[in-house]
Amino acid sequence: MLDEILIAGFGGQGIMLMGKLLACGAIYEGLEVTFYPSYGPEMRGGTANCTVVISDNRIGSPVRKFFTCLMAMNQASVDRFTGSVKPGGVIIHNDAAIGSHPGGEDLRFINIPANQIATDMENIQVANMVAMGGLIHVLNTVSLDSLTNGLARVLPKHRHNLIPLNEKAVIKGIEAVEKGSDSRELR
Amino acid sequence: MTVKKKDNRALPGKTLMRGNEAVGEGAIRAGCQFFFGYPITPQNELFEYMARRLPEVGGTFLQSESELSGINMVFGAAAGGRRCMTSSSGPGFTLMGEGLTTLATAQMPAVVVCVSRAGPGLGRISSAQSDYRLATKGGGHGDYQCLVLGPASAQELYELTYKAFDLADRYRNPVIILSDAILGQMMEPVTTDGLKWAEAPEKTWVVRGKGNNPRKVIKVAPHTDQELIEWNRNFKKKYEQMTENEQRHEALYADGANMLVVAFGSSFRIALDSVVRARDEGVSVGLFRPISLYPYPEEALKRLLQEGASKLLVVEANNGQMVEDVRLAVCGAAEVIHYGVGGGYVLTPDEIYDEIIRFDRNGRHQ
Repeated sequence: MLDEILIAGFGGQGIMLMGKLLACGAIYEGLEVTFYPSYGPEMRGGTANCTVVISDNRIGSPVRKFFTCLMAMNQASVDRFTGSVKPGGVIIHNDAAIGSHPGGEDLRFINIPANQIATDMENIQVANMVAMGGLIHVLNTVSLDSLTNGLARVLPKHRHNLIPLNEKAVIKGIEAVEKGSDSRELR
Repeated sequence: MTVKKKDNRALPGKTLMRGNEAVGEGAIRAGCQFFFGYPITPQNELFEYMARRLPEVGGTFLQSESELSGINMVFGAAAGGRRCMTSSSGPGFTLMGEGLTTLATAQMPAVVVCVSRAGPGLGRISSAQSDYRLATKGGGHGDYQCLVLGPASAQELYELTYKAFDLADRYRNPVIILSDAILGQMMEPVTTDGLKWAEAPEKTWVVRGKGNNPRKVIKVAPHTDQELIEWNRNFKKKYEQMTENEQRHEALYADGANMLVVAFGSSFRIALDSVVRARDEGVSVGLFRPISLYPYPEEALKRLLQEGASKLLVVEANNGQMVEDVRLAVCGAAEVIHYGVGGGYVLTPDEIYDEIIRFDRNGRHQ
């Protein structure tokens, strides 16, 4: 198996945390994993993205040009990276209200209203964890247990009191995608 | 809700670590007590890691005012018998050339890390293997040689840094870890349990107060012409011993393969994808990865030629540097071509695959 995942959004949305958490979850699954942050002269308040490669074999390049899964936390990431998703791949978008998508062959498009769910939880900061729930449900590679184990590793000690809240947000995300009301196939 | 459940098979000691941090932890485990250096991207995470970790283990981190003073502080700590380290990227590593040749002349054990970026000159911070020649062929003046190791994963960055301190003490010589921006920035699981906490061995030559014993001297230059010739004779002997004992490599799918892709560090990682794909399609191709960049693992490479490899595709993220060592090693016994782009372009598995197919069909570049 080989998952090539690009997580993309704005700086400040917790993109790097998502990537590291997913990678930690993969370790708990006993899988090989690499995490690679967007690297270059970056700008405060700009875009952020990271690549996570998960496999049951030794992993070659940690840098990928094409992906099996795009986790887009904003519209700009959908516009920019849809062309980098392999045929048969999946694009998860964190907002139900996608105005447009650039299209592409054989792509699965899944909406998860992460911002709305997080707002309903009265904590917009956990939108990334709601999206994370949707992502692991779609990937079916990293279990909820493994992801939760990972939380204690990627969050600093003084934030460990927030683990239950983050876990709750992940579960909300899993449930939202499971309902599947927003999922549709595009040709 | 149906959530997939699995056994928790993770090893307790496996930690997600950035490549740069893995170098730092390897050094700490090896008993490194002193770090001196000046910041530069893309090695700053190592810097930060040492600044945080060294005080925890009773060591000293000091940001020097320049790379020059950093490497000379390393000289001081090494002369006092302590395990010590500095790190930089290409532009700063160049500045350490004088210090490196002085360390090698005075036979001071130290570990120097180069996390290379795109050059020439100041270049950019994008990843490249532009410092292969700088690391393996000197960087400083004079007839000296450093051991050079080229890791290709976070686990190996950790283990080889640890190993580097042993080698430095065994040969009383500086050892260079040649990493790059991709390896430094990426995060991978690292098992730290395998290596014991080490301490620097007792050294008879250290200058730390003579007490009632005879005076000890560490010289950076000889007093007579004859003495320098004698020194060089001894250095040559030492470098020959390194060449004999310290060749390290990894060979993958190489037995009986017609073609070998030769690559180190991050280029090896990218080429691995290409070779797996080409093999799936029936091409007789394997991979050869030098782990020691000096001494170059030429014995193993020659052995593979005897087993049938006749084409060597050298893949590097530069304009062609390691290819010179490959040509020297095989001495005309195989067809050697280079594929690579300098300046910070990240090679893709697809283009290396295309190159493998072209080389397989046509022989020489068309």
